[in-house]
Amino acid sequence: MSEWRLYEVFVRSKHGLNHKHVGSVHAADAEMAMENARDLYTRRNEGVSIWVVPSDTITASASDEKEVLFDPSEDKVYRHASFYKLPDEVGHM
Amino acid sequence: MTQTEALKEYLLRLADSDMILGQRLCELCGKAPALEEEMALMNVALDLVGQARNWYEYAAELIDDGRDADKLAFRRDAHEYRNLLMTEQPNEDYAVTMGRQFFFDVYHYFTLKSLTESSDERIAGIAAKALKEVTYHLRRSSEWVKRFGDGTEESHRRMQDAVDILWRFTGELITPDDTDRVMAEAGIGPDTDQLAKDWRGMVNEVLTQATLTPGAEDAWMYMGGKHGEHTEHLGFILAEMQFLQRAYPDATTW
Amino acid sequence: MYAQLVETGAKRLKTKEEMSPEERDFQEKVDAETKIEPKNWMPEGYRKTLIRQISQHAHSEVVGMLPEGNWVTRAPTLKRKLQLMAKIQDEAGHGLYLYSAMETLGADRDEEIEKLHQGKAKYSSIFNYPTLNWADMGAVGWLVDGAAIVNQVVLQRTSYGPYSRAMIRICKEESFHQRQGYQILLDMMREGTEEQKAMVQDAINRLWWPALMMFGPHDDESPNSQQSMAWKIKRKSNDELRQMFIDQTVPQLEFLGCTAPDPDLKWNEETGHYDFGEINWQEFYDVLKGNGPCNRERIKTRKNAIDEGAWVREAAVAYAEKQKQRAQAA
Repeated sequence: MSEWRLYEVFVRSKHGLNHKHVGSVHAADAEMAMENARDLYTRRNEGVSIWVVPSDTITASASDEKEVLFDPSEDKVYRHASFYKLPDEVGHM
Repeated sequence: MTQTEALKEYLLRLADSDMILGQRLCELCGKAPALEEEMALMNVALDLVGQARNWYEYAAELIDDGRDADKLAFRRDAHEYRNLLMTEQPNEDYAVTMGRQFFFDVYHYFTLKSLTESSDERIAGIAAKALKEVTYHLRRSSEWVKRFGDGTEESHRRMQDAVDILWRFTGELITPDDTDRVMAEAGIGPDTDQLAKDWRGMVNEVLTQATLTPGAEDAWMYMGGKHGEHTEHLGFILAEMQFLQRAYPDATTW
Repeated sequence: MYAQLVETGAKRLKTKEEMSPEERDFQEKVDAETKIEPKNWMPEGYRKTLIRQISQHAHSEVVGMLPEGNWVTRAPTLKRKLQLMAKIQDEAGHGLYLYSAMETLGADRDEEIEKLHQGKAKYSSIFNYPTLNWADMGAVGWLVDGAAIVNQVVLQRTSYGPYSRAMIRICKEESFHQRQGYQILLDMMREGTEEQKAMVQDAINRLWWPALMMFGPHDDESPNSQQSMAWKIKRKSNDELRQMFIDQTVPQLEFLGCTAPDPDLKWNEETGHYDFGEINWQEFYDVLKGNGPCNRERIKTRKNAIDEGAWVREAAVAYAEKQKQRAQAA
């Protein structure tokens, strides 16, 4: 067993973008996790904001559930902008 | 002492303290107590050596005798070095390493904070960048001091020992001499009384939170680094750090 | 290559017919270049092989800090010192990225590191050689990082998602390492004294063969190589990678004005590649077995760091626990 807890790290690389998962760090507490994440994942100005989340508190979908969770949206094409054909004259939307 | 002489002296103090502490941290490369700490220690060391370079470059311009930043760093002997004695103390255990860092960081933080408003624009510029880095150093080192002080029985004992061992070098951080006073009067350097007050305030606060006992304010203090009178450690630090420059004096490019 | 002789547990490759439906499904995904992610089903052998390979790779990064750390306190100029510090820090970081990828497979970092300290886990043979002069910092960057990059660029396409992503990040960050090393050598060869030039040639003489050994022994028909290739954990053979490295490195060597300690090294018009002499594989196996010049020192240093740091890590845990209790009580 690792002595320090495992935290998943999410970094917002630029204002206006979502936080993106980049990896994990070990730390004794959240504050240390934050600093370790900063030292490890933003050495080259890669971030403006960091989240750290204890890995064991994340619930992930199992891959076997892919069909149940994600396939139903496959036929909902109306959720995608490309479904809506507009006359060229309308211009960019 | 003229203001220019004091300024040269003052810049060398800033540069040398950064350089020597950076060098001490380099010694820990590959030997930190956790992999995450390798990253953190090297980060701090990188910041310090980078800051040293900035101060040396400015100092070299003012000294103007043909020596560049590298010559100042690698070709001066111990008696010409102006670093604080605190920075040359050996790593010993991690409590001493972090204690040394913490005492220096508090001094460094308040010094740089004041230097950002220096009447010397070049200094203000270098300090502004350095202050961001050092704010983070201080946050980290004060957290470790608290973790050790208020952690396990063993870590508390080690941290209290470290405070006791290092205490005699803290006086030099906040005791002004002529150079410091000339700099303060010129509006270039920090107000020396304020610096001492701020340093004591923060150190006491953190040590109290860490359940640690600071040394006595009137304790005997070991000083002299600012004038080139060092502990025995500095000679060995320089022997290692300056080895190539000394062994190959004809080499002009590396 | 930072991973050498990775055991896959395979005696021979299974045919599609012999595979279970899950295995077949998995192999089809791999064949279709779909990345395997932590929650996907995977054969136990695949998981174990990856843990071995990624941990070996991670250990190599971490142990690899030491030969360079040997000179970081003696770097000759402020610029070189800063560059070397940044490079070593990257190596610690890359070790951490890799351990992080390894942990997605259910392996525990501290346990794997413990195996390293007990001498039960491998790391790249190259780091058991000493760094004896400053030019070694150049030669390590140019040859050792150069050899690692050849391998890692290919590994960006490895089949396991987290490993592939770690490789992409590492390759991006490491691009400066090799240049940094080459520049150290080039500056000394161009503007250095005779003593400095001799230093450069000496470093190349000592590190040339060990760098070529980094790619591992000849690929035989061994089931391990075949299995790793089928799983796309490995994407090119050791010999292919070594040849790529030599072909790109020899012109750089000539540009430096230095020579390799290999009388058989010469351009082959017919094959369009450089021919080179036979590697001393006995030395390679000796070093892997623990009989390199620095095996003992490297492991001892790493083990001491972690062992002597135990009280530091414990204190952090105790403090965090107290803080938590205080927060709950408040």
